[in-house]
Amino acid sequence: MCGTCGCGHPDVEVNLLLQQPHALPLKPAVGGKTILKVEQDILSKNQLIARQNRRLFKEKNILALNLVSSPGSGKTALLERTLRDLRGKKEYFVIEGDQQTRNDADRIATTGAKVVQINTGKGCHLEADMIQRAVEELNPSEESVLFIENVGNLVCPAMFDLGETARVVIISVTEGDDKPLKYPDMFHSSQLCIINKTDLLPYVDFNVEKVKEYARRVSHITRFIEVSATTGEGMDEWYRWLETQ
Amino acid sequence: MHELSIISGIVDIATSEVCKAGAEAVDEIELDIGKLAGIELSALEFAWPEGVQGSVLEHARYKINHIPGRAICTICDTAFEMEEFFDPCPECGGFQREIIAGKEMIVKTLTIS
Repeated sequence: MCGTCGCGHPDVEVNLLLQQPHALPLKPAVGGKTILKVEQDILSKNQLIARQNRRLFKEKNILALNLVSSPGSGKTALLERTLRDLRGKKEYFVIEGDQQTRNDADRIATTGAKVVQINTGKGCHLEADMIQRAVEELNPSEESVLFIENVGNLVCPAMFDLGETARVVIISVTEGDDKPLKYPDMFHSSQLCIINKTDLLPYVDFNVEKVKEYARRVSHITRFIEVSATTGEGMDEWYRWLETQ
Repeated sequence: MHELSIISGIVDIATSEVCKAGAEAVDEIELDIGKLAGIELSALEFAWPEGVQGSVLEHARYKINHIPGRAICTICDTAFEMEEFFDPCPECGGFQREIIAGKEMIVKTLTIS
């Protein structure tokens, strides 16, 4: 019996952790049909697991960052440089998400960081349960930093909370500076924006101020860090940001 | 194409509710989908037959209520309809606003027999 309203099937157990509203049967409609009032969030399963992940990260004081961007923005290059430059300062763990191949995990492994590759197959984004399984395998230590490199895609990953501490959106100067307006969901759900490949600015038509203005229109992002993962320019500011989280 | 994942979430909820109610199949499912929820309705409709195949929703009709986006400007307190994330406040032109509706993704009702 439902502990909330006393309705329903006697075998139903109310799981307090889930807090899922139990369907309220309305009056039986004509023709022996019944309308169940469900009122349940479609992503509730993902959100529940994301909450479990977040609790684990908090308990172990792990900084878990969800790195999102379009393909080719330089997420892996940024990570490689970061892991090499910061080696020994803290313990770093990486979850790599791609549709296919172990290429990115192999690149990250050369930096000495412990890494797990998730291949999503046809899937276009990571979900909280994939992170839960990967974290079990990685077993990140207390006080460590966990980088989650999401599948390169500016659309789908926006909808799926992984339980991360913060979401970092990366845009490179070889993309259009109106990306925040074209893909607002992703910017809207991020807390930090990294503008990568700044060494290429002299060769491309990309207005840094414009991208910031557009991002502010669609999100609450107040912090932008301009870097070149290739030359190392601006990386110190990113490392300072990491330290203050 | 995250719409297939969304459909799989809908199937999970429907299956669990149908099982609790001791029914076998769903005749109709009613969904609330907000305009700012990030779901492309045409993609959802395209993926639906494949996503529900073999499930309790295989023969169900679906009804989608489109919930318009609404926001409140945090500068001048004006409430307004929001078509897109980048819509500014119509009163003061500001971009600081809190979204109060339009991000819904809810299974509202199931009609079972």
